[in-house]
Amino acid sequence: MNETPKPIAGTATYLDDRLGAGSFLKRNLRKVFPDHWSFLLGEIALYSFIILLLTGTFLTFWFKPSMQHVIYDGSYQPLVGVGMSEAYASTLHISFEVRGGLLIRQIHHWAALLFVAGMTVHMLRVFFTGAYRKPRELNWIIGVLLLTLALAEGLTGYSLPDDLLSGAGLRITEGVAISLPIVGTYITFFLFGGEYPGEDVISRFYSLHILLIPGILLALISAHMVLMWVQKHTQMPGPGRTEHNVVGAPFYPAFMAKAGAYFLFTFAAVAGLGTFAQINPIWLFGPYTPADISAGSQPDWYMGFLEGALRLMPSWEINFLDHTVPLSVLIPALVPMGIIMTGLAVYPFAEQWITGDRREHHLVDRPRNAPVRTSIGMAGVTFYGILWLLGANDWISAYFHIGLYETTIIGRFAIFLGPALAYWITYRICIGLQRKDQDILSHGVESGVIKRLPHGEYIEVHTPLAEDLADHVRGKKEIPIVDGDEDKDGIPPKGVRNPIGKLRAKASKFYGTDHVPLDGHGHNGHGNGHGDGHGDDHAAVGAGDKPRELH
Amino acid sequence: MIGTGISVNSITARRRHPLARLAVVALALGLLGGVYAAAAPSDSTADAAVASGKADDVAEGKSLFVAHCASCHGLNAEGTSMGPTLVGVGAAAVDFQVSSGRMPAADPSSQAPRKPLGEWVTPEAVRQLAAYVQSLGGGPTVPTADMVDPAKGDAAKGGELFRANCIQCHNFVGAGGGLTYGKYAPNLNPATPEQIYEAMVTGPQAMPVFNDSIITPEQKRDMIAYIVGVREQVDPGGFGLGRIGPVSEGLVAWIAGISFMSLTAIWITAKKRKRTSK
Repeated sequence: MNETPKPIAGTATYLDDRLGAGSFLKRNLRKVFPDHWSFLLGEIALYSFIILLLTGTFLTFWFKPSMQHVIYDGSYQPLVGVGMSEAYASTLHISFEVRGGLLIRQIHHWAALLFVAGMTVHMLRVFFTGAYRKPRELNWIIGVLLLTLALAEGLTGYSLPDDLLSGAGLRITEGVAISLPIVGTYITFFLFGGEYPGEDVISRFYSLHILLIPGILLALISAHMVLMWVQKHTQMPGPGRTEHNVVGAPFYPAFMAKAGAYFLFTFAAVAGLGTFAQINPIWLFGPYTPADISAGSQPDWYMGFLEGALRLMPSWEINFLDHTVPLSVLIPALVPMGIIMTGLAVYPFAEQWITGDRREHHLVDRPRNAPVRTSIGMAGVTFYGILWLLGANDWISAYFHIGLYETTIIGRFAIFLGPALAYWITYRICIGLQRKDQDILSHGVESGVIKRLPHGEYIEVHTPLAEDLADHVRGKKEIPIVDGDEDKDGIPPKGVRNPIGKLRAKASKFYGTDHVPLDGHGHNGHGNGHGDGHGDDHAAVGAGDKPRELH
Repeated sequence: MIGTGISVNSITARRRHPLARLAVVALALGLLGGVYAAAAPSDSTADAAVASGKADDVAEGKSLFVAHCASCHGLNAEGTSMGPTLVGVGAAAVDFQVSSGRMPAADPSSQAPRKPLGEWVTPEAVRQLAAYVQSLGGGPTVPTADMVDPAKGDAAKGGELFRANCIQCHNFVGAGGGLTYGKYAPNLNPATPEQIYEAMVTGPQAMPVFNDSIITPEQKRDMIAYIVGVREQVDPGGFGLGRIGPVSEGLVAWIAGISFMSLTAIWITAKKRKRTSK
């Protein structure tokens, strides 16, 4: 209604003419973002990262990345006169003498835990809904790289204070490096600048932690966001949602307000934890001495699965021509990480190869509708979870009065049986949920109204599913299957004639076979009680649904 | 108070040794609140009596021994298949084991846990029992109050010794930890300075002996100063989360942090503009 005041209009025009910002903003501010709570989980990581950059910068003002030996003379009495590195002393200084230093240190550390945790739950959401499918495979790869880098960022970060606990982790890092065949000793001497622990590793980790890795993280996070912006966010199936539209709220103002609020919630979470919950109390651990080690030395949570793998591993080694290959260190350090990270990275491509699905997907799957994928995912979660749990096996032993060796032995079986069991259970649950969907679509939902029919029969009135929910359920898409059937002459189609092709056709059938088609009632031995004159009242009570066999 | 003693005691006993419940309940029936309070101030007199080795203390101690210890350790402390000989273990071992409630053991398992004291376990009785065992073949004696006074130790030096010698099993702050075959390093928080000293010189259960040629009495006092000082310290960073390091921190990050963030995500997305149906 009112004219824009001249100073504002003038400035805006000036900038617009030179930066072209107006049309850019006009296009992008109205960009529509779909609404689902799980779509916000990745933002936990994004906002934690921003908080990490800010609090980390604060910490660099006082932290001295030096392994120079000093005698402590600060305000923490139980360490006065104790020899330590300058890095440790300066961390004590930040904790006890810098105003707000301990709070910022704790916020930084809690934000780091939440950063990786946020990435993890975000990744699980993307995996289980199949949001990594074409055209988003490359963004998924960026995500896997981000997760891997976050682990490295965490390791280099918590090692910096040079305290006794992180020193144990550093010692394991050295152990892994030196166990690599042939190149191990060279890599170790290069990394530590000589014999462990040397005097260089802290300053080297410092450069990695505050410059190189965060730089790459920042670049990759930007690429991750830009790709997401350009490709548009996936959405859950629902009313009016198709592969060619996005239903939701525009970036400005609705989504921006929500994202802003979510940033504040993230900040509240890490600031609240930083204020009330003590984390990484390095003054209790003491300065690092290679000779000392504490009971209950664990890394931060995201390294726990590697710790567990190490604790679980039998003491195998190969001695060959006076050289030792310590499998007991190499396997736990490389294999679980390799399985998890490589598995994640190749999954979209493996799935595409198996299903032959080259379509673009902007509507995501409900996890139950891709039972094999969901079950593989849960098997992976179980594999990770068991390793993670066993990283704390000494506390489990101490708190729950289970023998320490028993935890190890149970773990050695569980690491193989657990994922298999998880796969099977998840698969059954997925099929069960699909049947429930099918049931609800064909019968409607129970209304709680019992009706007596003229001839005396009692029925419960079923009402059709609310339309938006029905659309959500109907969003199920069939998983394509590579055609491997022989033609009438008994010749299989091209491409599935060689062993690999045969395997692919088999895997494809296994992966894509839909055991419970949504509107499939009638051709699976089910459907009595219908069409016998109840009209809209749907299923009669006790209509005798027989349990259906999975075929 | 007695009622509370019964329930706590029976829970502990049931958890560890279901068959020994009756015996432990019987001990707990005798537990009086004043036992703990009475234990501390009379230690110096007990030490003096043990040191002087009064004959009547030895006689009294022997009758206590026959009543409470002999079934496992033998009528003359010579040891049986149920318990080792006590000849030469010294008064310090008796004081540690009995004053912490570990002995008499509820049952002979991998490790005797600390438990509430029986009714007969008065400082007087412990002193007499210790005098009797000391009279059998010598051994480490109960430290004087001066030897274990945390105020006289150098906590910083003690901390270095503590980290070099103790934390492999007891953890950086003495929170304890698991060991093999059902054994464990106990939490050091309930241990009195005397008990910490005695544990070092006698090496109870799975613990090695740290005799005076390995760690001098002054160094032991330094370590006691560190242990007592750290456990009395108010955590400057908020709740200590059990002071067990990243395990509890990770649990909090997931259970509190990610749950909170999920709930807020649900709350934020639930706020919708009214939409016309399609």
